[in-house]
Amino acid sequence: MDILNYNHSVLSVLIFSPLIAAGIAAFIRNEERLRWWTLIYTTAAAAYSLPLYWHFNLGTADFQFTENAAWIPALHIRYALGLDGISLLLVLLTTLVMPLCVLASWRYIQTRVKEFMICLLIMQTAMIGVFCALDLVLFFCFWEAMLIPMALLIGIWGGPRKIYAALKFFIYTMAGSVFLLVAIIALYLKVGSFSIPDMMKQGPLFSHQFQYWLFLAFFLSFAIKVPMFPFHTWLPAAHVEAPTAGSVLLASILLKMGTYGFLRFSLPMTPWATQHFTPMILALSVAAIIYGGFTALAQTDLKKLVAYSSVAHMGFATLGIFALNEAGLKGALLVMINHGVTTGALFIVVGMIYERLHTRDLSKAAGMGKMMPIFAAFAGMFALSSMAFPGTNSFIGEFLVMAGGFKVSIPMMVCVVPGVVLAAAYMLRMLQRFAYGGVHNPDHSHLQDLGLREIVTLLPLLVFVFWIGLHPAPFTRVMDASVSHLLAEVGPAKGAQVAMTARTAPADLAPALGVRQSSGALETSQPLLYATVPRLQPAQNPGAATR
Amino acid sequence: MSYLDFLRLAIPETIVVVAALAVLGVDLVVLRGVETRLRLLIGTMISCVGCLGGVAWLLAFPQTGNFMHGMLVANPLTRIVMIALLLLTIATLLLSLETRFTPHIGEFFALVLLGTVGMLFLVSTEDILMIFVSLELTSLSLYILTAFDKSSVKSSEAALKYFLFGGMAAAFTLFGLSLLYGIAHSTNLGQIAQAIAQKATHASAGAGASHLTLDPVLILAIVLTVAGFGFKLATVPFHLWAPDAYQGAPIPSAALIASGSKLAGFFILAKVMFLGFAGAEGTVAWRAFLPGWVPLLAVIAAASMVLGNLAALVQGSVRRLIAYSAIAHSGYMLIALLSHQVEAMAPLLYYVMTYGLTTLGAFGVVGVVQERAGGDRLADFAGLGRSAPLLSFCMLIFMLSLAGIPPLAGFFGKFYLFSFALSAPGSGLGLLWLVSLAIGMSAVSLYYYLQVLKQIYVVPTAASGTSVKTPVSTQTVLVLLALAVLVLGCVPGLVLIPILSALRL
Repeated sequence: MDILNYNHSVLSVLIFSPLIAAGIAAFIRNEERLRWWTLIYTTAAAAYSLPLYWHFNLGTADFQFTENAAWIPALHIRYALGLDGISLLLVLLTTLVMPLCVLASWRYIQTRVKEFMICLLIMQTAMIGVFCALDLVLFFCFWEAMLIPMALLIGIWGGPRKIYAALKFFIYTMAGSVFLLVAIIALYLKVGSFSIPDMMKQGPLFSHQFQYWLFLAFFLSFAIKVPMFPFHTWLPAAHVEAPTAGSVLLASILLKMGTYGFLRFSLPMTPWATQHFTPMILALSVAAIIYGGFTALAQTDLKKLVAYSSVAHMGFATLGIFALNEAGLKGALLVMINHGVTTGALFIVVGMIYERLHTRDLSKAAGMGKMMPIFAAFAGMFALSSMAFPGTNSFIGEFLVMAGGFKVSIPMMVCVVPGVVLAAAYMLRMLQRFAYGGVHNPDHSHLQDLGLREIVTLLPLLVFVFWIGLHPAPFTRVMDASVSHLLAEVGPAKGAQVAMTARTAPADLAPALGVRQSSGALETSQPLLYATVPRLQPAQNPGAATR
Repeated sequence: MSYLDFLRLAIPETIVVVAALAVLGVDLVVLRGVETRLRLLIGTMISCVGCLGGVAWLLAFPQTGNFMHGMLVANPLTRIVMIALLLLTIATLLLSLETRFTPHIGEFFALVLLGTVGMLFLVSTEDILMIFVSLELTSLSLYILTAFDKSSVKSSEAALKYFLFGGMAAAFTLFGLSLLYGIAHSTNLGQIAQAIAQKATHASAGAGASHLTLDPVLILAIVLTVAGFGFKLATVPFHLWAPDAYQGAPIPSAALIASGSKLAGFFILAKVMFLGFAGAEGTVAWRAFLPGWVPLLAVIAAASMVLGNLAALVQGSVRRLIAYSAIAHSGYMLIALLSHQVEAMAPLLYYVMTYGLTTLGAFGVVGVVQERAGGDRLADFAGLGRSAPLLSFCMLIFMLSLAGIPPLAGFFGKFYLFSFALSAPGSGLGLLWLVSLAIGMSAVSLYYYLQVLKQIYVVPTAASGTSVKTPVSTQTVLVLLALAVLVLGCVPGLVLIPILSALRL
């Protein structure tokens, strides 16, 4: 209809332009030109995605930038895309991280550059597609399409045990997908269409037994992706073997898909079962935080250390989600973004160490900071961010999550507190070793400090570390409407609790954190007209959703 | 209804038969002593023109008719299946353009075409006698095609196994069909169904309406017929010939067995079951088993999926791997039949057609690799990603489609089939156990497809510098097949909408 209108075509352009870019890349022979082409394309895509933020309507929980067309009419499958406050930041994170991935692999990848860049670009299509899809089959297509290039990234350009790691990654995630597929078919039989907004509307009306099984199927699939505590073993293997860009994508974007799945599917579609299973999932989250912390403390491989710290951070994210109150949910969303920024940066840092020393062993890297002051400064700030130092991004996220958690159970949060201390311990241990320890390491005298390319890679992430840390309102603002709406759907019974959260949050902090004070009461006072409230109508273009 | 009508209905088959005779005659009379390449080229051209003529006739002059009570039936659905069969045959013919396994070129193409004619007749009949005759025409052609590589011991061994098992299966089928004739005094599927339904009502009048009891003779007929067709479709426990035939037969023969004969076989099995055994279905819903042909097929399906997938895990030869995966896919396809309604044709046909395209392509790639490396071991594929990127990419698409990764056709086929089996009215979620098993097993299958891809992309070459260039014709066919798999996965409507509209008529 109006292809030229930014708001009506931006998502399709963002999803499918990487494929075109990959097609063009297939015909570029010169490796240097190939790198530049991918960099230019991904930067342009990032620039093209930025107006999403300004065009985003803060006042509504409806999906925006929607596109809707028939795809497979025989099965009522539609090509439906849209963004809300939950997915907007994740899409922006994806587009912004991509150029950095290209930069981080500039020298790291020397063989089969063309295939590598094509894999990255296909990943971009699939990742943005997952966050934008509003049709379950479309979602599942992108979800699965991501596996192949990711497994190839690990399997071709990975470390010594790459094949083992790639297969483990693939089989784990595929096992999760199987449950997702069963859940999708079951939902289709129940709802009669694959439309995600329809399902979110009808979710509260599902019988308890159906919700119970649906939740379990979703949970297994997403918990593997997150990964939550007992399902996490593929993650360290994949991270250790993956090339830098692969690790960054894995940590920054892929892990978020699990938590995104919880927010998009589990909570709205199975509200009863969510409440029913909450205690168990909270327990697993706490276990992940503690276990991840202790395991990270024992690692000598830098990548493993960061990988296990990911497990702990994602524990915070799931904890916040299943706290089921506004502070928790917003905190969880922020933790997701922060983890993408900080852990992505840490993996790039580890990659830089590896490029110089060809080892990731903590003891061999000791004392690098002496020769590389700029590097040490960057690494130090990202490490501080990872352990949630006040003033950095993670502090805000974890603070909100813990504020949400304390509303649920004080004993539980008492268990979480050691996890925070552990984070400080393992990060400081790492920092102390490679930045400041072992001054007399003669091997390091030849080390070059960061070049311009490497500084350009890390600088944007550092900006976000402090931007979110010092002024989070622009980031929390976009979540407001969607989070309140989600809470209203999950459990009207929890409304009172949400209101209490807002009231008891420190008065001076609350506005800065963007916690909307009266949202809980406001949302719950609405009549529960799930079946009749039109959700897919975008404010800008009411005609787009008519079928 | 005169014999002129018969001829009009049978024109596509006639065109293909004429092409078969032409290719035989031209090769024997004109091309004696000419260079093999030229003979191959001319043979392929004539055969393809024959098949294209059939397709063109089917597209240009759509016929509907029923000759002699179902002896020869033409309707939109059979037309679609026939077009698909002819297209699969054309792809097979083009793949054999660069083969060098036989000097008997005319005979080879004639047999391929005769096998196709058998499949065409098989598709367009509703009469058990005609079914048996065309089944035999197809089978005999395929036996000979399997043995066609006279220089290879494996080819002869495979053909012998295929023939012995096949002969026995044909005997079973004939016995089963004769029992059916004994029950119904008719060879027409519709009349057989009426007779079965009458018997069932007689029996249930005494035993209570809810409790369906089957005539022992009918049970025997069902079991024997299913056994016969189960052999054609390589389902457990009638699958033993498949790995050897797939491995030993020349590539085009194996491709035809795996694609065209499978499509025809599944279509006719569905027809026999839906039309002929209507009223003797039974049910397989969890904790509500009733005897009939559905439980029988369900057991076969489950066994095929489990055994096929597990056995494929340990194969070192890619062709055997494809064979075991074919057994597993037969299991998935049988699930479509279990809902015993005509609408099940849509997911079944979509699945079998796209599967045919995919497996044909996979065989094409294996053929090139075999030419290049001298074998079809997994290790022979090592480093293919570097030396033949386009070919490897085609194989990537075929393998991932077989594994059911979106957005390829294999994914949508499985998805449609499984959701159809679950949503079929009357069955409730009764088939959930079988569908869950199927989904779980398809996750298992991913492992061995990945083994092939791992060799292609990850494992470095074993330093043998003999690079055989991929023939242009083969490359073109493979790229087209890969494109078809991709496009049909993204836009399934291209095939589905004609099938669905044909079903509604």
